[in-house]
Amino acid sequence: MKCLLQIMMIWLSGICASFGQNTINLGLQLEPPNLDPTSGAAAAIDEVVYGNIFEGLVRINQKGEVVPGLALFWELSTDGRSYVFHLADGVKFHDGELFDAEDVRYSFNRARAAGSTNAKKYIFEPIVNIDVFDPLTVMITLNHARTDFLFNLGLGDAVIVNESSAANNAFNPIGTGPFKFDKWVRGNSINIVRNDNYWGGAPSLVSATFKIITDPLSAYTAMMAGDIDAFPNYPAPENLFLFNNDANFEVVIGLTAGETILATNNKKAPFDDILVRKAMAHAINRTELINGAMFGNAVPIGTHFAPDHPDYVDMTELYPHNLSKAREYLKDAGYQDGFTVSLKLPPPIYARRTGELIAYQLEKIGIHVEIENMEWAQWIDQVLRNRNFDLTIVSHVEPMDINIYANANYYFGYDNQEFQKIIADIDESSDPRLTSELYKKAQIKIAEDAVNGYLFQLGKYGVWKNNVRGMWDNYPIRSNDLRNVYFEGGN
Amino acid sequence: MKSLPLSLLVGSGLTLIFIIMAGLSFVWTPYDVTALNIDQKFLDPSLLHLLGTDHFGRDVLSMIMVGTRNAIAVSIIAVGIGMIIGVPLGLWVAGSRMNGGSFFDEILMRGNDLIFAFPSLLMAIMITAVFGPGVINAIIAIGIFNIPVFARMTRGAAMGLWSREYIMAARVCGKGMWRISYEHILPNILNLLIVQATIQFSIAIIAEASLSYVGLGTQPPMPSLGRMLNEAQTMIFFAPWLAYFPGGAIVTMVLGLNLMGDGIRDVLDPKLRQRKGQDVVA
Repeated sequence: MKCLLQIMMIWLSGICASFGQNTINLGLQLEPPNLDPTSGAAAAIDEVVYGNIFEGLVRINQKGEVVPGLALFWELSTDGRSYVFHLADGVKFHDGELFDAEDVRYSFNRARAAGSTNAKKYIFEPIVNIDVFDPLTVMITLNHARTDFLFNLGLGDAVIVNESSAANNAFNPIGTGPFKFDKWVRGNSINIVRNDNYWGGAPSLVSATFKIITDPLSAYTAMMAGDIDAFPNYPAPENLFLFNNDANFEVVIGLTAGETILATNNKKAPFDDILVRKAMAHAINRTELINGAMFGNAVPIGTHFAPDHPDYVDMTELYPHNLSKAREYLKDAGYQDGFTVSLKLPPPIYARRTGELIAYQLEKIGIHVEIENMEWAQWIDQVLRNRNFDLTIVSHVEPMDINIYANANYYFGYDNQEFQKIIADIDESSDPRLTSELYKKAQIKIAEDAVNGYLFQLGKYGVWKNNVRGMWDNYPIRSNDLRNVYFEGGN
Repeated sequence: MKSLPLSLLVGSGLTLIFIIMAGLSFVWTPYDVTALNIDQKFLDPSLLHLLGTDHFGRDVLSMIMVGTRNAIAVSIIAVGIGMIIGVPLGLWVAGSRMNGGSFFDEILMRGNDLIFAFPSLLMAIMITAVFGPGVINAIIAIGIFNIPVFARMTRGAAMGLWSREYIMAARVCGKGMWRISYEHILPNILNLLIVQATIQFSIAIIAEASLSYVGLGTQPPMPSLGRMLNEAQTMIFFAPWLAYFPGGAIVTMVLGLNLMGDGIRDVLDPKLRQRKGQDVVA
């Protein structure tokens, strides 16, 4: 069997070498519900369309930096409130219509309109005015300076759409990007093809197919059989070493913006007592979690912030793994005999595995954890909406999402005025240095309050054939931007 | 003394092994199944760990022992529910039909048809999905689908007996429906019930494994053969024993129970025994 596979591989690679491969098959674990990034929150939408079909005024590259997109350059007024964007000339939507400043105004007005279904309306909230000076110049005025505004404009929720096609973007997305939507076979694959008229220079790939492979075992066999050229985020970390040992594949372990946390219901006893939360923080053994659940492929975190961000503060040593300290805190809180709690786990494998280990770790200090596995729909209903939970494990995959802690009605129920003030100050701040200081303060605050158990940053496990170049190593945002992807040895 | 059929010997032998393993797990397992030890993960089968260890460093043999115990416990209760409710129902409708009333019989049998119309495993998945995953709900879900099996079988067999002369004699003596059912019908269909129970038992073991496989049965940290199989899936390329052993345990246990069921039938069923005897003479 293995021999047969190898023969097939050699045969396949022979074909590729002789013709020069310019179509790529990518593996996608979750199928997007639709293809309109301005109306859906699902990360899977951006994984297909961001940077490929749709573009914003600015783009976020794989390092998480803001780079020019449809706006070639821009000027910021001295008070930090108005941006003047200078747009690229001669840009056409995939249906042939010309892109100009009016489309920018339309897209942002649509996103901030009262009936808008945009998942991140907060991006557009500070906008006071959008002035079109000429077809290639647009000025956006904010109510006050915001240091994160440009970054937010680079998110999939802020891409530019055309008025005539916006309503149909969910199933026939029309953007300005280097690839055009071709077809979507439900439950099977999504195909995009090269936009030969792309304003920024056509990409080298002629077409790309996102194949939806939900089952980790099928993901492995599809890679081995050569059906998939690249799996941008391979679902089973335990199999990575098999690819690593195979010269036909390259494995790139990067980071996502996904802080995996033991979310704790701060409004519910006994977790409303900080001593209990501190006890739990001391009981958690991150090394064991990462080795056991992620097979060593994750980075520990001590607060709710991406560890590769320049403002990240390492708080992992604030509450080191120390069982006697944990027991002491529990005793101080009056729970020396322990208590029983439920741990509701959503379906992803990282949550299920981490959950079993957390239950085992908390058991050691007398907290008896009853695991309840559930589907996403149940989890969203019970945990996220109705806050009917004690503990849960989930990865918060949005970039720069520490501000969720300022929302007292968010599911983990952290209601702290000092923290809310910090976030309000960040919103008001126009000085990047001050913003950076405030972000650090915010991280330290939630870490000290042990709001949630901070476990690890979810890795991005890229696996691709050894001749694939230009794939993203990290997921600062959920995107598989294919503009720079090509096959080594191809044409 | 006629020699026992081979199927009975092999079947009960296999079943006995698992019952002993399950029983032993109450008092002793080689390792603690709830203790996770990441340093010891993916150890090959060896003298220390006869069947190796899994991704959390748990001993596979210990997990199979406890998993078997859970599977057997779930199956016993589920089949028990089926028998305790199904058999009296069957006796009742058979008796009332033979005594002139067919109303309840019709209702019950059409209700049976209704339940039979749904694939039992899918319905069990639905029940556990609606009422929440867990052992109790798994037992109920499997148990519910055992009721019509026993009700229908009991009814059929009982109807055949109600027309016999000795039942007639009992009725003439003034025995009531329930008394006849209990004193004359039940003992005569007991062998059928035992055989059926054995078969249902093996089906229940598969059902429990399937529910746990999709995450709706036994919940962690309690080991379950089905969940072990599920977790082994992505590790089969480098730790195949994680799939072989729980899978083998399920197959062997079900095979043993089915063989035992066949064997018991061969021994208990007088009709079969007689026919065999004739065959030998012929």
